[in-house]
Amino acid sequence: MPERIVKPRLGVWKFASCDGCQLSLLDCETQLLTLSETIDIAYFPEAASRAPRGHYDLSLVEGSITTPADEARIQTVRRRSKYLVTIGACATAGGIQALRNFADIRAFSAAVYARPAYIRTLATSSPIAAHVPVDFQLHGCPVNKHQLLEVISAFLAGRRPGIATHSLCMECKSRGHPCVLVAHGTACLGPVTQAGCGAICPGCNRGCYGCFGPQDSPNTPALSEALTALGLSRAQLQRLYRTFNADAAAFRSESERHGD
Amino acid sequence: MMSAQMDAAQVLTGAGLDALLQVLKSRGLRTLGPKIRAGVIVYEEIASVADLPRGWTDEHSPGHYRLRRRDDAALFGYTVGPHSWKQFLHPARQCLWQARRDGAGEQPHFEPEPSDAQHFALIGVRACELRAIAIQDRVLLEADPQYRARRRDTFIVAVNCTVAGATCFCASMNAGPAVSDGFDLALTELTTSSEPLFVLRAGTDIGRAVLSELPRRPASDTEIARAAARVEDTAASMGRQMPSEDLPQRLLRNLEHPRWSEVAERCLACGNCTMVCPTCFCTSVEDSSDLTGTQLTRTRRWDSCFSADLTYLHGGSVRQSTRSRYRQWLTHKLATWPQQFGTSGCVGCGRCITWCPVGIDITVEASRIAAGESG
Repeated sequence: MPERIVKPRLGVWKFASCDGCQLSLLDCETQLLTLSETIDIAYFPEAASRAPRGHYDLSLVEGSITTPADEARIQTVRRRSKYLVTIGACATAGGIQALRNFADIRAFSAAVYARPAYIRTLATSSPIAAHVPVDFQLHGCPVNKHQLLEVISAFLAGRRPGIATHSLCMECKSRGHPCVLVAHGTACLGPVTQAGCGAICPGCNRGCYGCFGPQDSPNTPALSEALTALGLSRAQLQRLYRTFNADAAAFRSESERHGD
Repeated sequence: MMSAQMDAAQVLTGAGLDALLQVLKSRGLRTLGPKIRAGVIVYEEIASVADLPRGWTDEHSPGHYRLRRRDDAALFGYTVGPHSWKQFLHPARQCLWQARRDGAGEQPHFEPEPSDAQHFALIGVRACELRAIAIQDRVLLEADPQYRARRRDTFIVAVNCTVAGATCFCASMNAGPAVSDGFDLALTELTTSSEPLFVLRAGTDIGRAVLSELPRRPASDTEIARAAARVEDTAASMGRQMPSEDLPQRLLRNLEHPRWSEVAERCLACGNCTMVCPTCFCTSVEDSSDLTGTQLTRTRRWDSCFSADLTYLHGGSVRQSTRSRYRQWLTHKLATWPQQFGTSGCVGCGRCITWCPVGIDITVEASRIAAGESG
């Protein structure tokens, strides 16, 4: 490994999230050592507590914007970053916490907190791209570590990341998994979901939960019709689309068509 | 139809099929064949006849597949599942080359194309699948050295279909259900009780050599007639039919038919049809570099005309709408493939109908569109 004169600086930023995507970075194990030799991991809340000053060549942003303070903080992160890449369902679609977008946040606060007046929160959970320009979005709940390394490698090399945006079905079939929807009658979001996870759930005879959000050409109404024919109720359909990517456009609009 | 120069039919006796697998293995071939996994008949490595789906059949309809018990012990009493032999001959991912450089700014040196040449024996290849392999040969044999290396030593044990599925239409594509050429050995199953019974013929010299090592006896005229009758019954019980007369021209005359938009409303653009299609060969090539920028890899992977990125050029994808992608798929398969490669791109296996999650039926769509505006 040749010495670089100046290593690119990497920052990992956390907003409203569970830290799972940051853990995907720690999960890179053997590659983590190479990563730390190749780039200067200047800030990483899962591994260090303070953000050093200055500029970052690449910022990975995890989490959604749910508070006024974070609304201001993301502007600072953007200003200090040459490239800003959002990672995970929270940062790219608002995350599971975007379920609040379908309800009244004040009712939630009142139900959970003894003194909700102390809670300073926004009415919605929104993706980073709704606040600042984003250079690349890496989907997944959590992101796939191989895809994460691919994105970092691509930005270091100045090339386009090789991240497919087609359906999960193509990945599932490429791996030779039997189709759980056609062969078992199991509800599966694979046809409308983006590939990238490795088709983990269909590989275990489970339907896809849509963790990677909508594929590039999602036809959710047609899938809902097929799932209705399998016996899913309107409430079940709504629930199916309202998980980690509930506020991603195609899932949101489809969930709003169904319900009790 | 059967070729004129035909070897005398033999009957494979007793444990003949297991003996066949052992002979093929002793020749260094990986024996691949049908096997049940997760409620589906897939193609995987098979060690012995015990791995075959004995006494099972499959139920097909658009967007629907289930395994069912047969009332006999047939080993090949089903049609085709979601897998096809292309997963071995034209694999889903393949490294094309790698390059390494010693450091940033250094010249990369290319590492030889990784050789993964494996030698396969394909067990239970159906007539439609033989046609599909011939179609992929036409496309890939000259252009792709790795395909050629895998294909060269592939030993094919074909099986004449003795049942037709509800989504089968090989008869109307002139692609089955009887195998005609392209096999080393061809079997017709006559099993009724627990004792397997096969009439078989060799189609090549290597097939004859393998056959000579197996326990066998000459087939009687009755057995030959029973085998032929079974395949004729299969041809007569096809679940579907593709319109044949002047189909390419009629499709190409109807490129603005409203049916294209109607099918696009149902189409998920998920690509399942192209993944399960035994002739679809489209791929994308991806270049990647590692974290240090010293290891470079070019990989080829299956792609689909239903993915937006397949037609990505400067400024965006050419085929933005699902309508344009479905039209490309169907007209290529049935209308422009003959111009390009001299045969239809469809073999009538019915996989795209069964495995479409919303059950879009290529025979229905082609009929409606070819019938013109009045259809």
